[in-house]
Amino acid sequence: MKFKQESGARNQKSGVLAAAVVCAASVFGAANDTFFIRGVDVYPVTAVKMENVSVLIQDGKIAEIGAKIVAPKGIKIVEGKGLRVYPGMIDSGTTLGLSEISAERVTVDTGELGEFMPQLRALIAVNPESEHFPVVRANGITSTVTYPATGGRGGGGGGSQQIIAGQAALIHMAGWTWEDMEINRSAALTIQFPSTAGGRGNFAADFPEEFGGPQQSYADRKRAYDQAIQRLNDFFDAARQYQKERSNNAPGFKKDLKMEAMIPVLDRKVPVAVTAQRERQIRDAMAFADKQHIRIILLQPRELLKVAADLKAKNIPVILGRTEALPENEDAAYDQAESLPGLVFKSGVKFAFATFNNEFSRNLPYNAARAVAYGLPADEALKAVTINAAEIWGASDKVGSIEKGKWADLMITNGDPLETPTEIKHVYIKGVDIDLTNKQTRLYEKYRNRP
Amino acid sequence: MKKTFLAALFVAAFAHAEVTVIRNATIMSESSKGTFKGSILVRDGKIAEVGENVMVPQGATVIDAQGQWVTPGIIDAHSHIAGDGNINEGSVSVSSMVNIKDIINPEDVAIYRALAGGITTANILHGSANAIGGQTIVLKMRWGKDADGLIFEGAKPGIKFALGENPKRAGNPVGGGRGAQPLNARYPATRMGVEDVIREAFNEAVQYKAEWDAWEKGGKQGIPPRKDLKLEALKEVLEGKRYVHAHCYRSDEILMLIRVADDYGFKIRTFQHVLEGYKVAKEIAAHGAGASTFSDWWSYKAEAWDAIPYNAAVMAKKGVVVSLNSDDAELMRRLNTEAAKAMKYGGMSREDALAMVTINPAKQLGVDNRVGSIEVGKDADIVIFDKDPLSTFSKVQKVMIDGSKYFDRDSEVSARPMKEASKQKMIDREKADQPAQKRRPQ
Repeated sequence: MKFKQESGARNQKSGVLAAAVVCAASVFGAANDTFFIRGVDVYPVTAVKMENVSVLIQDGKIAEIGAKIVAPKGIKIVEGKGLRVYPGMIDSGTTLGLSEISAERVTVDTGELGEFMPQLRALIAVNPESEHFPVVRANGITSTVTYPATGGRGGGGGGSQQIIAGQAALIHMAGWTWEDMEINRSAALTIQFPSTAGGRGNFAADFPEEFGGPQQSYADRKRAYDQAIQRLNDFFDAARQYQKERSNNAPGFKKDLKMEAMIPVLDRKVPVAVTAQRERQIRDAMAFADKQHIRIILLQPRELLKVAADLKAKNIPVILGRTEALPENEDAAYDQAESLPGLVFKSGVKFAFATFNNEFSRNLPYNAARAVAYGLPADEALKAVTINAAEIWGASDKVGSIEKGKWADLMITNGDPLETPTEIKHVYIKGVDIDLTNKQTRLYEKYRNRP
Repeated sequence: MKKTFLAALFVAAFAHAEVTVIRNATIMSESSKGTFKGSILVRDGKIAEVGENVMVPQGATVIDAQGQWVTPGIIDAHSHIAGDGNINEGSVSVSSMVNIKDIINPEDVAIYRALAGGITTANILHGSANAIGGQTIVLKMRWGKDADGLIFEGAKPGIKFALGENPKRAGNPVGGGRGAQPLNARYPATRMGVEDVIREAFNEAVQYKAEWDAWEKGGKQGIPPRKDLKLEALKEVLEGKRYVHAHCYRSDEILMLIRVADDYGFKIRTFQHVLEGYKVAKEIAAHGAGASTFSDWWSYKAEAWDAIPYNAAVMAKKGVVVSLNSDDAELMRRLNTEAAKAMKYGGMSREDALAMVTINPAKQLGVDNRVGSIEVGKDADIVIFDKDPLSTFSKVQKVMIDGSKYFDRDSEVSARPMKEASKQKMIDREKADQPAQKRRPQ
């Protein structure tokens, strides 16, 4: 099952190679997701690095790692001398597959109408042929959590009105169909927690109107905020009531798709990814989670340092946005965004990185690296784009590290993947060698050779 | 109030030193000397000596940069900071009479943040709402100076042109599609109209210039022609006294503007953004224009769909002077690692990559005799990084402009507790001063 879907000379060549591999590897069921990386430096992330070892990949999974293992006869060999192998990276927040050209409404499928829409599934709207996937994969990012909305700025009519936007999915960045790509179809229910900002961006909320603050009075905004939280609680209470009636088979019980979608959340099988940035919002979101007895993951909680001790005590993980970001306020330190991950690490709160941006998803590793420049230990930066993300999204048995039994979502590099000039030599998703060409490399090849 | 307070703190942080020696640094000079381990002597705001060993004059301030890296001050050929938010005079299709210079806000904190990212010079442009936009100005990031003090003295002024989606957007019928009423429509609405607007303007400007030339040839006798501020700027373009910086995306519109310029006898100094420049690199090089692009932006709008991160490298290899710009107060703070992307995408050498944010933009802005490289006689605009500036793990430690230190990370970090305390004091005082009934409802 090669994902090399492009035509052209290069593909024909790899077609020949693939055929050869198929013949040679017939003992392994004629699969192209079985191979052997020889003499490579392995960075498992969950353990110390192993130099000059070999890795056996069988049926798309990591079967064996070690210095002494020998290549089974006839298996495809990838020479790893002088190279490194890392787990593929995970971007914990994009709308990849759902949004192609952000300014062109018809190419954007995030931000549906409706305030409470838990039944909506991002997974089923993922376009496997999106031009973004090959571009992002080429930088070693092999999976992402793709959201049904982007926090109030969806492409649909209703984005900013949404509170429950639907279910985010954890996906591999390659596959023939969205079913192929699925790792966790319901990685989280997405909630945009109400805010008092009055729709002008959270951080202007406390400013007077003449300085860009909201036009509505604070009292009005606070009332709207409290009402929205009340509606959210009512919705959850209704879901719990529904669940009761459902299990009691109460007379007159009718199936309701919204309520059905809430059951795994009430059962704590599916966490809730809550966007909450300011301290008050974060605290209220935590109180809401306590009250409803649900698991939450906080998205971009910019003022999280003020509540870090509570987050740690309650074991609530957070997804940090880009370190390539300006400070929130004029008088904040110039390196506020860059320093945040290091401070979060020190606080003991578990975190992973997300770009929250399809265009710059490929720069995920550089965002992690920038945090290192400003105080985050380098190995923690790597964890925050691999294993931490896998753990937070409930897929640490499948992806996020190089361990026996996990999917072979890997990258082979000639250096540290967090460094810009490092070359990503190979990317594997479920053990399949991913074609690293994309729309951009094709245009490059075409026009660099223009006479 | 707050702004003044902050500015005062930052100003206090830099001290002018007559003579400074930076020692033991790895210097990426971006000159013929390449990259080497050595020292720089700075005297009276200029680079006085560069070499492996430099004599330390008595009384000189010595900066030991052991293990650290030094680059020329980084230059951003496309920025809108210090523009006070008002950078688009979009009410008319030709706004060449307005000037960004008139609205410079020296208290914009973006200046300090840019400085903290190693930026020492930036080209501040008008927005892209119209085919011919306003006049532009080159600034040095002399944080703490007034608006006049920021201006890069002697740098040739410019003018912004814009092609494609942005200038034609105002002409689109509101609501789009058939049957929608063109409320407040402004010509042009198509790329065809964009060309026409530019041609019409230069058609006027050529005649205007002819009137003035005739009057001057005639010994300035009689009544001079009527002065037209819109056409004055375009006359300067025709006379080569003002640079054209043209915002563009698609190859068709880039080629169009080259041909219009050819017809009217002026030059495009730089194509800005120029995301499809790689498709017409040959034509851009033949015209003699520079190209200032993004490293890896794409897909944010239809005209950015064919953008490729190899753009800078392809254009450079076809003979175009290429710079990487930010167009953004955030990105501006890390152009060094944007340069590193030219190594990743297209295989530029380390020095050629860094040139895209130093000497190349200096050339494009016509200030390469003053800045852009570490060479004797040039302005002492210097950045010290803690590590290799092309590494994603590096950060700026110190920035010098005209030989004066304008940013010092150590001082900035150590001043933070004091700043926090002062801020808290002000907040407390404000609360105490304010009568309870006037407070905003809680």
